[in-house]
Amino acid sequence: MTSDSTQLTEGLLHRQSRTSEAHDYLQAQSRWRWPEIVFWLATLLPFVVVPSYLVLAAQIAITALFALSLDLILGFCGIVSLGHAAFFGIGAYAAGLLSKGGFGEPLAGLAIAGLAAGVFGYATSFIIARFRHLALIMLTLGIALLLQEIANSASWLTGGSDGLQGVHTWPIFGRFRFDLYGYTAYTYSLALLFVVFLFARRLIHSPFGLALRGIRENAVRMPAIGASTRGHIRTVYTIAAAIAGIAGALLTQTTETVSLEVLSFQRSADVLVMLILGGTGRLYGGLIGAAVYMIARDQFSGLNPQYWYFWIGLILIAVVMLLPNGILGGLSLLVRRREKP
Amino acid sequence: MSEIALSVRGLCKSFGSLVVASDITLNVPAGARYALIGPNGAGKTTLINLITGMLRPNAGRIVLDGADITGLAPEQRARRGLVRTFQINALFPHLTALESVTLAVCERTRAVRTFWRKLSAYKHEIDEAYDILAALSLTAVCYRPTRELAYGQQRLLEIALAMAARPKVLLLDEPAAGVPREDSAELFKAIAGLSREITVLFIEHDMELVFRFASRVIVLVGGRVLVDGTPHEIASDPRVRSVYLGRAMGKVAHG
Repeated sequence: MTSDSTQLTEGLLHRQSRTSEAHDYLQAQSRWRWPEIVFWLATLLPFVVVPSYLVLAAQIAITALFALSLDLILGFCGIVSLGHAAFFGIGAYAAGLLSKGGFGEPLAGLAIAGLAAGVFGYATSFIIARFRHLALIMLTLGIALLLQEIANSASWLTGGSDGLQGVHTWPIFGRFRFDLYGYTAYTYSLALLFVVFLFARRLIHSPFGLALRGIRENAVRMPAIGASTRGHIRTVYTIAAAIAGIAGALLTQTTETVSLEVLSFQRSADVLVMLILGGTGRLYGGLIGAAVYMIARDQFSGLNPQYWYFWIGLILIAVVMLLPNGILGGLSLLVRRREKP
Repeated sequence: MSEIALSVRGLCKSFGSLVVASDITLNVPAGARYALIGPNGAGKTTLINLITGMLRPNAGRIVLDGADITGLAPEQRARRGLVRTFQINALFPHLTALESVTLAVCERTRAVRTFWRKLSAYKHEIDEAYDILAALSLTAVCYRPTRELAYGQQRLLEIALAMAARPKVLLLDEPAAGVPREDSAELFKAIAGLSREITVLFIEHDMELVFRFASRVIVLVGGRVLVDGTPHEIASDPRVRSVYLGRAMGKVAHG
């Protein structure tokens, strides 16, 4: 009897050690890796190295946040959107109107803008979740176009094509004023980007994040394991919309103006290009893509103000042909090759 | 004698003029092992698609444990314990086996609704997934992406995913499809080893396996139930011999 019970305990211990291996494996998936730490340290470099470019750096951080929100729906569940600017624009106008109405508190403005975009995202998610592929591209595009025309015609509210004037952002925490050199703007945008990034990173390493990867891998199989694919898509679409809205509000608050451009097709297309350039489904792809794209645009338009899109086109073709998974995909391939000689 | 776990009543489905299911009626008692056989194009997979809600019938009802589920979506049926596997591997190629099964467990426990806690905090779900993989001898490869697994292991993973949903009624669409004959018996041993609380309806072409593992056999021809009987009755039924066995047995022998 004793030998039986020792065998039983041994068996249990054995199982325990093996399942703990499974726990460790899944735990390791979400561990911070050194390139990530290097990346975030590098985002502080502009303060020291190029302090005259902090205005651009703030724009990059805001666009990176916008690209991050697109990555959640495109990279993690395959929803190709050509109208993501709809949410960016709603956030931008929400923050602008709020400030124009006399309430320029920045953090509350971000929250309200995120909420507004999230509510619109939730409402449209019921349509989005029913379709896939080409239909989605058209639907997202159509919704954004509708919104832009509404904003255009409601010029009593939005200022129409003249843009929204009279936006004034209060100092952050009542102390830090927005300065001409973009010091506060970059600090503020970078801090927001980091906080939202932490949230997104947690999300993709959660059970919900695993379900999103399941949808990306095989959406047809998901209902057979009892998954409500549409429910998952509605949730992530709402979250992505809210984040895009926060990005739009950041742009309004740091530039103290809103133009119709925030809702434009160009903005939707640009963010898609940046994300594909950087690499989808990796969270960092949008951030790196936004930085590369906007620095390139800044440099090329300095060289040749009229034809800079020529160079952007060239970069795009080169990246897609040589690095099908974007810059990050290429980098991770390099690292893997070095690890496995 | 025992309760009916799954009942299909007067199920009809046609695509235009093509009738794929014609007045199909079946009653599968709880804990039974039923085989569904028939020549190619008889409508076997269509029937499974109809039962699981991936196709909508034109007429008829599907009853699970006494409740009419005809109007429910596939995922709602799966949550009630009506679970299927696929003839062609329908897995998650870049997820590891452990992640795939953990996902299926998390869907069942509704852990997938949380996005603010880490997956690794869901110890019970992970343990359960690991135990399912262990029961199917898949733990040695459970940290490898699905697409790197051997074909037979992928077939087992199909079953593991289904088990994670805690099925009451399990519909197996050619579980051994594409698996070498000597390995398919192994696969069926795993299926035979499932808890007797699970009702199983499986499609299989290999008559030897059908006669060994099924308590009852349903023969489907041209979208209709031709015969429904014990393996012994089926083997000696002249109609089955003429429309199906005579033709198919030869094919199976070298396939």
